[in-house]
Amino acid sequence: MFRKRPPPEEERRVRANDREYNEKFQYASNCIMTSKYNIITFLPVNLFEQFQEVANTYFLFLLILQLIPQISSLSWFTTIVPLVLVLSITAVKDATDDYFRHKSDNQVNNRQSQVLIGGILQKEKWMNVRVGDIIKLENKQFVAADLLLLSSSEPHGLCYIETAELDGETNMKVRQSLSVTSELGDPNNLAQFDGEVVCEPPNNKLDRFCGTLYWKDCKYSLSNQNMLLRGCVLRNTESCYGLVIFAGPDTKLMQNSGRTKFKRTSIDRLMNTLVLWIFGFLVCMGVILAIGDAIWEKEVGALFQSFLPWDPPVDNFLFSAFLSFWSYVIILNTVVPISLYVSVEVIRLGHSYFINWDRRMFCSCSNTAAEARTTTLNEELGQVEYIFSDKTGTLTQNIMTFNKCSINGHTYGEVMNILGAQQKRVQPLDFSAWNPLADRDFCFYDQSLLEAVMVGEPAVHEFFRVLSLCHTVMSEEKSEGELLYKAQSPDEGALVTAARNFGFVFRSRTPGTVTTQELGKAVTYTLLAILDFNNIRKRMSVIVRNPEGRIRLYCKGADTVLFERLHSCNHELMNITSDHLNEYAGDGLRTLAVAYRDLSEEQWEEWSERFRGADKATDCRDDRLAAAYEEIEQDMMLLGATAIEDKLQEGVPETIAILSLANIKIWVLTGDKQETAVNIGYSCKMLTDDMTEIFIVNGHTVQSVREELRKARERMLESTRTRDGGKEAEAQGWGGACAFGNGCGGGGAANWMPDESKCPPPKAPPPSLLESISGEFALIISGHSLAHALEADMEREFLETACACRAVICCRVTPLQKALVVELVKRHKKAVTLAIGDGANDVSMIKTAHIGVGISGQEGIQAVLASDYSFSQFRFLQRLLLVHGRWSYLRMCRFLCYFFYKNFAFTMVHFWFGFFCGFSAQTVYDQYFITLYNIVYTSLPVLAMGIFDQDVPEQRSLEYPKLYEPGQLNLLFNKREFFICIAQGIYTSVVLFFIPYGVLSHATQSNGVPLADYQTFAVTTATALVIVVSVQIALDTGYWTAINHFFIWGSLGTYFTILFVMHSSILFNIFPKQFHFLGSAHNTLGQPVVWLTIALATVICIAPVLAFRFLKLDLKPQLSDTVRYTQLVLQKKRKPGGRAGRGVGGAGVASGSTLGRLGRGGSRRSGYAFAHQEGFGELITSGKNMRLSSLALATFASRHSSSWIDTLRRKKHANSTSAQNTLPTGEDSTASSQAPPLSTSSSAAGEAEQPSNELVLTHSPDDIALSVIRCSEREVGKCSTATVQEAPFVWKGTGARISGTNSPGPPPIAEETSSGE
Amino acid sequence: MGKKQTGTGPLSRRPDNSAFKQQRLPAWSPSLTAQTVLPTFYILSLVCLLLGIWLLITVKNTYELKVDYTNAGTCERCFNLRKHAIDSRTACTCSVSFYVPETFPGDVFFYYGLRNFHQNLRRYMDSRDDAQMVGRKNNLKAPSSYCSPFDYYADGIPIAPCGAVANSMFNDSLTVMYNPTDVLEIQVPLYRKGIAWYTDKNVKFRNPPTNNTFTLQQAFEGTTRPLYWQRPVYELDDTDSNNNGFINDDLIVWMREAAFPNFKKLYGVLNRAQGPFTEGLPAGNYTLSINYNFPVEPFRGRKELVISMVTWFGGQNYFLPIAYLVTSGLILVTAVVLTTVYVKVGKKGKNMEE
Repeated sequence: MFRKRPPPEEERRVRANDREYNEKFQYASNCIMTSKYNIITFLPVNLFEQFQEVANTYFLFLLILQLIPQISSLSWFTTIVPLVLVLSITAVKDATDDYFRHKSDNQVNNRQSQVLIGGILQKEKWMNVRVGDIIKLENKQFVAADLLLLSSSEPHGLCYIETAELDGETNMKVRQSLSVTSELGDPNNLAQFDGEVVCEPPNNKLDRFCGTLYWKDCKYSLSNQNMLLRGCVLRNTESCYGLVIFAGPDTKLMQNSGRTKFKRTSIDRLMNTLVLWIFGFLVCMGVILAIGDAIWEKEVGALFQSFLPWDPPVDNFLFSAFLSFWSYVIILNTVVPISLYVSVEVIRLGHSYFINWDRRMFCSCSNTAAEARTTTLNEELGQVEYIFSDKTGTLTQNIMTFNKCSINGHTYGEVMNILGAQQKRVQPLDFSAWNPLADRDFCFYDQSLLEAVMVGEPAVHEFFRVLSLCHTVMSEEKSEGELLYKAQSPDEGALVTAARNFGFVFRSRTPGTVTTQELGKAVTYTLLAILDFNNIRKRMSVIVRNPEGRIRLYCKGADTVLFERLHSCNHELMNITSDHLNEYAGDGLRTLAVAYRDLSEEQWEEWSERFRGADKATDCRDDRLAAAYEEIEQDMMLLGATAIEDKLQEGVPETIAILSLANIKIWVLTGDKQETAVNIGYSCKMLTDDMTEIFIVNGHTVQSVREELRKARERMLESTRTRDGGKEAEAQGWGGACAFGNGCGGGGAANWMPDESKCPPPKAPPPSLLESISGEFALIISGHSLAHALEADMEREFLETACACRAVICCRVTPLQKALVVELVKRHKKAVTLAIGDGANDVSMIKTAHIGVGISGQEGIQAVLASDYSFSQFRFLQRLLLVHGRWSYLRMCRFLCYFFYKNFAFTMVHFWFGFFCGFSAQTVYDQYFITLYNIVYTSLPVLAMGIFDQDVPEQRSLEYPKLYEPGQLNLLFNKREFFICIAQGIYTSVVLFFIPYGVLSHATQSNGVPLADYQTFAVTTATALVIVVSVQIALDTGYWTAINHFFIWGSLGTYFTILFVMHSSILFNIFPKQFHFLGSAHNTLGQPVVWLTIALATVICIAPVLAFRFLKLDLKPQLSDTVRYTQLVLQKKRKPGGRAGRGVGGAGVASGSTLGRLGRGGSRRSGYAFAHQEGFGELITSGKNMRLSSLALATFASRHSSSWIDTLRRKKHANSTSAQNTLPTGEDSTASSQAPPLSTSSSAAGEAEQPSNELVLTHSPDDIALSVIRCSEREVGKCSTATVQEAPFVWKGTGARISGTNSPGPPPIAEETSSGE
Repeated sequence: MGKKQTGTGPLSRRPDNSAFKQQRLPAWSPSLTAQTVLPTFYILSLVCLLLGIWLLITVKNTYELKVDYTNAGTCERCFNLRKHAIDSRTACTCSVSFYVPETFPGDVFFYYGLRNFHQNLRRYMDSRDDAQMVGRKNNLKAPSSYCSPFDYYADGIPIAPCGAVANSMFNDSLTVMYNPTDVLEIQVPLYRKGIAWYTDKNVKFRNPPTNNTFTLQQAFEGTTRPLYWQRPVYELDDTDSNNNGFINDDLIVWMREAAFPNFKKLYGVLNRAQGPFTEGLPAGNYTLSINYNFPVEPFRGRKELVISMVTWFGGQNYFLPIAYLVTSGLILVTAVVLTTVYVKVGKKGKNMEE
């Protein structure tokens, strides 16, 4: 910040253990600094920043003007008091903010790490770590900087890391050091290490690194495979050593986190525009009055000079007019009151506290309350249109649980906790009684499965045997019976754990054997081969020889893939199983089919021969291997299927449903794979089988992406057209829902209809075809397609397509892409965006979006630190937006309307008076009144309204998500509303000037003394003004708490008190010049005629407002008015109220049934549960990752050892040569070559239904027909389960709407509602 | 936070469950319904109507008479004389006769009215020194710079009272003669004191301290009269020595600046102690004789004598009753329109009852 930035690096040279050498280059240290000020720079920098605010500079300018005596029409303190107040409040706030930033910086900078200095490990703070240092990391530690992995405690320099913080991918990754360095081992050798790394300059590409290590006259090339990046966490590795290559701000993490931008709300921007306009208005007023002054001075003033000569510098009327202009600018400046900005900040601060204090956004499991980290964005929360959500850790808990399974045509695990939670609490099975090795955390509810195991059903046994054998999990047994599985992907771990609990315990493995404990009996299988997983195969197999010598192939994989390779006799079982799979998939479970195949000795010999051949092949090894695998994985016998629940966070589907009812579009941006992402899309009801079509864009080239997008749009238009044909049928179908929803009034019902219920919007010919799309579409796009789609020439196309969809899922996206997507929507849609995420990979998106929300309570804090709001559960989002956001917006809008109104009413009186006082810039009011009007007399009631006002109770805004809409459409405060406020203010000022003028200019007191003196007039007008604006705020206040009462009455009281004090003889006797209004209050307010005047002015000001409001309410009631009115009616007739409430909730019920429909599962998807990358199989069989002690049979694996390293090498090359898209390559080919059900956009509708349901497979263009078929099929097929699944959801939905008890909402609301009704 | 649970329990950071923090403060949420708004309008209309009628009746029984004497009667001469500043010291008297058509019963007030005289100009209003007028010794001889250019004479002698306001004080003296017959002429007796606000007379304006030996004139030693004045401030009233200096009623009245260019200021109150005036000001012919000093020609102003009576409500003022009546009418119309709309077209009543 203070140093000059060195010129951009060309390349980076780092020499290990040589600080002196490295210092030459002045690389950034590992100290990060996000704070803005320090103690010395605070005052100047902060003041400088504050005076960059146009408003502040403007007031400073006014202040200077006021010091010129010829111009000064007001005392200097009328401006300086508010200005100082404003500046100091802002400064205090900035200082506190920065203090917290300092604190968090310090916390990060002061983390301890072990640095190798002079051959000795020393504890050092993170910030003192330098480029070129060698540091030691231990298990579960955060990586302090970007390191080159030198050696690790694991064999072969392997090292496992979790990169969730960095890129959001949850599966573990493996990193390996160069073999030359991995041998260095202990600190002494490392201290001697003096290799020099030459590499690329710092950049933000997470998946790529290229550099070279020069050591001992040799060159070794380095790739990302050798790097540990800051933000990663070391896992399953005791310790490792790394050489710091990039530190602090140069690390990929920090490079990716983007620049901190100062976020402004749209209201802020609007306000600035309006202030500019007002400024223009002010200048116009000034000019008019100056012209008036010129004329007046020429016609009258010149003649009046004997009584009042012109000021010395004035020699003609034009100069006088010039001065008058500035004088009026000073007087009229109160139309842009400086207190506006402060009040806005105060209100936002209040709202932030309400968010912090909200118990219903407190998560008791992690003991974290919601936190508004930025206090300036609250009202924007009420205008969100797009939510960009991360998946892992945000929507899901990142916990996989074995949920259900289908074994030999029998489904287990159906007694699900959803049902169980409501009827009676089903106890999870207790495994520990008969299985000492059982994992205590494992929960399963279906007793029958355990019984089946006990009884000894062979299929069940075989099923669990597969699960215990066919995997790449590593086990660790710290003490007897205390097993620890290190799974590469959490779902694999879940499967092995399930097998473990059902008595098939995987205990240990060597490169050639797998030892399990089957129902208490130790069995060792010889591991003949691991046919590893990859994205194309979507399955993995192991070939084992059991102790009896039989050879069996066990396979698990995606059902689509597996079913094609089954023996023909499995047909019947396959059908049943696929039905089960459909159910599971419908519940959003991740499924795998499980099968086995018996192999004869000859078959095995023959195949292994071929396999070895393929394995040793130098060219096209992968293809040959795949072919070999393909060959053996045939004619398998189906065992069943597993269903793993990627545990969603609590209340996610409900939240998403409610948010989408509120017209908020939710996009999921995840670093995860497409299948996983799609699966989660289903389980959280973003994607449903009711969707007209789901498009998948997976293209590799610009052309293909463009083509796919184009096709998607065509399909949308086409289906819209066909739908329009069938509109009536459709409308009738929904008629019931509409009628049901009528309870909330015609307007309300109409509001309910569009979008959600598919009733076509009423407006006839839509402007753009794409906007009129009525079907429900979803778009799934992968990272590499996104890279093309985000290019300048295609982004609009992409955006249009995506925005016409109800759900958009982007998978495999990099953090930067996340930000780009957000940026794209932000730029083109003029909509408010909200990004929510939990990991460091979401930071850039969180910073880019208008509002960033961080999920706290997890391990990482980067996302939270970058966020504007943080809480620990995704479901709190609905409360944040629908309750807090909505209220904030409403309050802010009401506040602004009133604020502009009151200041125009106040200031414009001067304008009218100008025509009577010779345009001499005489104020109407006492100067103290002008000073205090904004900061004392009228500030608190409007602040109280801005902080406490509620139009409808909180539970209603959750019941009627449509209440959120005005915010999105920006209805409550926009230019039009602004002009209305201004007009009202000007009208009020006219009344406030001319009524007293008309009365007082002739009136006398009852003792004959005229009332037409200036001071009486000033007091009368000021009093009338205070009363009128108080009545107006009373009208505006919709929620009169004791505080509102106190402030409104208190303000009036304060006004009169201060008035009498200011006009008292005590003050006059001390400062006769300053308080010359002596006695005015007493003399004026004692006159009945004055009070009659004030009353008349009030009536004339308020009656039209009242009439207009009533008319608006009567003719065009808003939903909130309706809800409010209903509330009122309910309160009146208490007893029948309950029924009526239900009637009103009808709309809710209708939409609840929509939710219910979402819950129905139908199509089969390849939601298979594989989240890891290939490579582990080879790692295992090679034995490289085994501890030496456990490598009893090391020789057994020797034949593989060379090959897997080769593979790794080749990958490195691929990494460095091909661009950054290496990771997803496998997947792409999946899409193009294998055409999985969801892969091509053109046939997605048909294929969503997919193979097993042959009768629907027809590519019917007529969607209605299609849906009819679908319905009937569903009814016949699995009506029972569908309804079972559906029931709880419907219950939840409607329950929430009727009684106000929402799942996230604890009982207090319910109590309140019932007492309210 | 966490006042109750001070420990580190799982809920230690849970926000308090207070109505305030949870935004559940008991509150009254009024809303505009037909049942409240429509009656309000009708009632308002009625109230305004009644008030308007009452005020109108009151005002009808109040009389006011204006006599413009700028250049009426024999004042033409004086009017022309005052055009030129050279003649400002030349005395000029003239008279204007007028007719009072009806008896003004009760207390009758005499005002002088000025038209097009801007007492409300910013610089004019600022051109005074309240500290001086409250008799502070220090300020007496050091008038505020706001008074400029009426603060010092060219020779440096301070002006008391300083400033443009005091300088331009209205200095016509008016005498009203009642002519019950052509020959008889009775001077209408006026109280010329007690015509200012109590606070002005007793607090805001005070003379520099005097005592038995130290006269007012001595107190003002070292200051001089304003430029346009004929007499020094301590000799403003030659009939009553207690009405001199800053506490002179006419000066106080003048110093209370008018808000608008056309204004009237109290000159005197009818003394009903004797003669034909015990019941008020009888109808008949009157003559106003003026000691014509105040020039209005330069700024195209007018001067007038206003005779008025007052009620509880003050003097004659038609604006207020009429405004009330008009407001009442408009509100009634609005109320009728609102009612019609509510009954005929309004959606609310029908849909919401369900």
